Amino acid sequence: MSNNIHLKRGLDIPIKGAAARIVSKRIVPDLVAVKPGDFKGLVPRLLVREGDRVLAGSPVMADKQNPDFLLTSPVSGTVSQVVRGDKRKLLAVLVKADGIQEYVDFGIRSAATCTRDEVKDILLRSGLWGAIVQRPYGVMADPGIMPKAVFVSAFSTAPLSPDYEFTLSDQAAYVQEGLTALSRLTEGGVHLALSESNYSRTPFHKMEGVIQHVVSGPHPAGNVGVQISHVSPIRKGETVWTVSLMMAAAIGKLFSTGKLDLRRKIAVTGPAAVDPAYIEALPGTPASEVAAAFGGDDTTRIIGGDVLTGKILGSDGWTGFFDDQVTLIKEGTHREVLGWAKPFRPKVHSTSWCYFSWLTPSKKYDMDTNLHGGPRAFVETKCFEDVTPMDIFPIYLIKACLAGDIEKMEKFGIYEVLPEDLALCDYVDPSKNDIQDIIGKGIDLMIKEMA
Amino acid sequence: MADEKKPGLFEKGGKLYWLHSSIDAFDTFLRVPGTVTTKGAHVRDGIDLKRVMIMVVIALVPAALFGMWNVGYQTSVTYGLGWGFWQMFWYGLLRMLPLFVVSYVIGLAIEFGSSQIRGEEVNEGYLVTGFLIPLIVPVDVPLWMLALAVAFSVIFVKEVFGGTGMNIWNPALVARAFLFFSYPSSMSGSSVWVSKTWVPALKGVDAVSAATPLAIAQEGGVSALNSQYSFMDMFWGFIPGSTGETSVIAILIGALILVWTGVASWKIMVSSIAGGLLVGWLGQIGGATDIPCYYQIVMGGFLFGTVFMATDPVTSAQTETGKWIYGLLVGALAVTVRLFNPGYAEGMMLSILLMNTFAPLIDHCVVSRAISRRDKKLKTA
Repeated sequence: MSNNIHLKRGLDIPIKGAAARIVSKRIVPDLVAVKPGDFKGLVPRLLVREGDRVLAGSPVMADKQNPDFLLTSPVSGTVSQVVRGDKRKLLAVLVKADGIQEYVDFGIRSAATCTRDEVKDILLRSGLWGAIVQRPYGVMADPGIMPKAVFVSAFSTAPLSPDYEFTLSDQAAYVQEGLTALSRLTEGGVHLALSESNYSRTPFHKMEGVIQHVVSGPHPAGNVGVQISHVSPIRKGETVWTVSLMMAAAIGKLFSTGKLDLRRKIAVTGPAAVDPAYIEALPGTPASEVAAAFGGDDTTRIIGGDVLTGKILGSDGWTGFFDDQVTLIKEGTHREVLGWAKPFRPKVHSTSWCYFSWLTPSKKYDMDTNLHGGPRAFVETKCFEDVTPMDIFPIYLIKACLAGDIEKMEKFGIYEVLPEDLALCDYVDPSKNDIQDIIGKGIDLMIKEMA
Repeated sequence: MADEKKPGLFEKGGKLYWLHSSIDAFDTFLRVPGTVTTKGAHVRDGIDLKRVMIMVVIALVPAALFGMWNVGYQTSVTYGLGWGFWQMFWYGLLRMLPLFVVSYVIGLAIEFGSSQIRGEEVNEGYLVTGFLIPLIVPVDVPLWMLALAVAFSVIFVKEVFGGTGMNIWNPALVARAFLFFSYPSSMSGSSVWVSKTWVPALKGVDAVSAATPLAIAQEGGVSALNSQYSFMDMFWGFIPGSTGETSVIAILIGALILVWTGVASWKIMVSSIAGGLLVGWLGQIGGATDIPCYYQIVMGGFLFGTVFMATDPVTSAQTETGKWIYGLLVGALAVTVRLFNPGYAEGMMLSILLMNTFAPLIDHCVVSRAISRRDKKLKTA
């Protein structure tokens, strides 16, 4: 089997605001949030009450269907507030940090000598089981099944994404330990995808006990979903698990130190970020603190993740469990006079040759959230294929999702995609449809109908 | 509550909210809407349908300008008026203007009305359709006929399906087909192609017969054609015909713009020409005609249809393989109709409409094949 994957289709979004390779701040928040919304399919049951004392690694919530699935606190402190939204929906549990960071001791062990059940047990107890995402559908992993394989992407091509060679530079040993632990969970092995352009410079090409794949091409080449579809497409009835490289490092750290340490370098990026750089923070850090440190104000949108797939955190939100990037961009409420009719619009990027962005291929743009048009029926559809390097017909899958036709969704590859894999379709569509939302609803329908 | 903001006249809750589709259409025409992304990707490409559609209109401009001049030229030559260049152009421009006005006013009125009923924003698709229709009909077509055809095609071919993007057939072509079958005497024959209605000196003068090259070729073969028009006449467009279709060079400039900007598929254009040449050549060696196959491309509406009508992204095939097949069949069928249908010299309109009908079937076959091939690959892997 060839382990080199060359992708041609796709698009690197030329947006300003890449993070400089320095850690400019260490944010030690007063309150840290544990959010059930980070995990698709989780129905939370509260395990703590306001005033309870927790350590880093103490359970805070469990899943109602699967009580073994725990969400744990990333800090030690006291539970100060349970935040609820409409219909008393549990949004977050806030823990007031006590500043000394005491850890639950899960015991130091070597992943290589652990059995599958031991690995499963320690991941479930520590709350790191949540790091595993199960495909199809991108839900939390079911501990009761044996996945076909585990996939890890060692690079990201998303806009302004963090540079793992920087964020995990001192954690290569943890990553190795984490990958070894993950390899216990499957008989199909751990597939690790590396970037071709960076292969020899990255410490991760030395990882052992994994099946390496070398991938080249524009975004979404770094998306694990795209890599899976080229290595071993998911067929009906199959499941694979995916873990981000950052989470693999956290798992490795858990095995090597016996502690749940979720501290991470978060890239604060985007055109609205002043001096974009990395910060060191925990998941559940208040978004307003991050934004304030980089000059964000009322007109800034705070996104947990990248500009294509991230969630809007809002100034009263918190960074998510999986977030290693926060993007700040301006809300684009400005109305440009005769924008679409101008021969040249130097401030607006377009992949279409109806504009002249192709004249300045290396230019980076100060993008905002303007939709640049109004919603219309699908007219141009070739653009979707041009940014989807997978063996699927995006427009047919999208239409099947819109129609809610299960049979057609299966046929056109719903098992292989998550909304993030088609995020670029959102970007390029001249009809301004929300493709990720359409695919997400299709997936929700599949989960409901196939349950 | 005193501090509650009252809704604007056209905003939700306002008195004239029911007019919001029309107001939005004018408003967003002048200024890019201030809407921000709420779901999915937070940043979006600068392209929108307004820009795409205006590109098609720009691509049509060379053919339209040349056509206007040619309207005057044909009148001047046929009736021996001895006009100069600008006189020819102004006559053509003035003659075409009412056609554009009728096409846009009737079409946009219906488009705005139906958008309002659906409560959606007005789609820009009609900018192109409204520009195409005057270019594919004889210039002297009575305006009431044109109005009727536009209304028929916009209502029954576009709006009943849900507007631009949902239609099965190209609305501009259906307008032409409507005229063709309802009022054949104004749409075909040899006396409709040269305008004389607005020339005072020609009051009471009988219409002089000026057949299109296609009709001449069908009657008398290549020798009759060459005695009247050379290949270069047809290439440059100094021939009678529908306003936009005569000049190959003007259409090619448009094609270049469309292919360059990626708005229209070059695959459909290339394969349609290939299909036309192939059938033209087969007819030639099979003895059905003595017209060289490359004449088929420059005569009549073949090239105009190939470049501007067959490539309509909504009604053509959507898969890349499907586009090759679809284009090939469009070209092949058009020339087949020309060669084997004695009643009607031009086949492009019917050929495109027929292939519009079959485009979803072509796509279905292409997609099904691709999926079963993939399934097989997965099973053996």
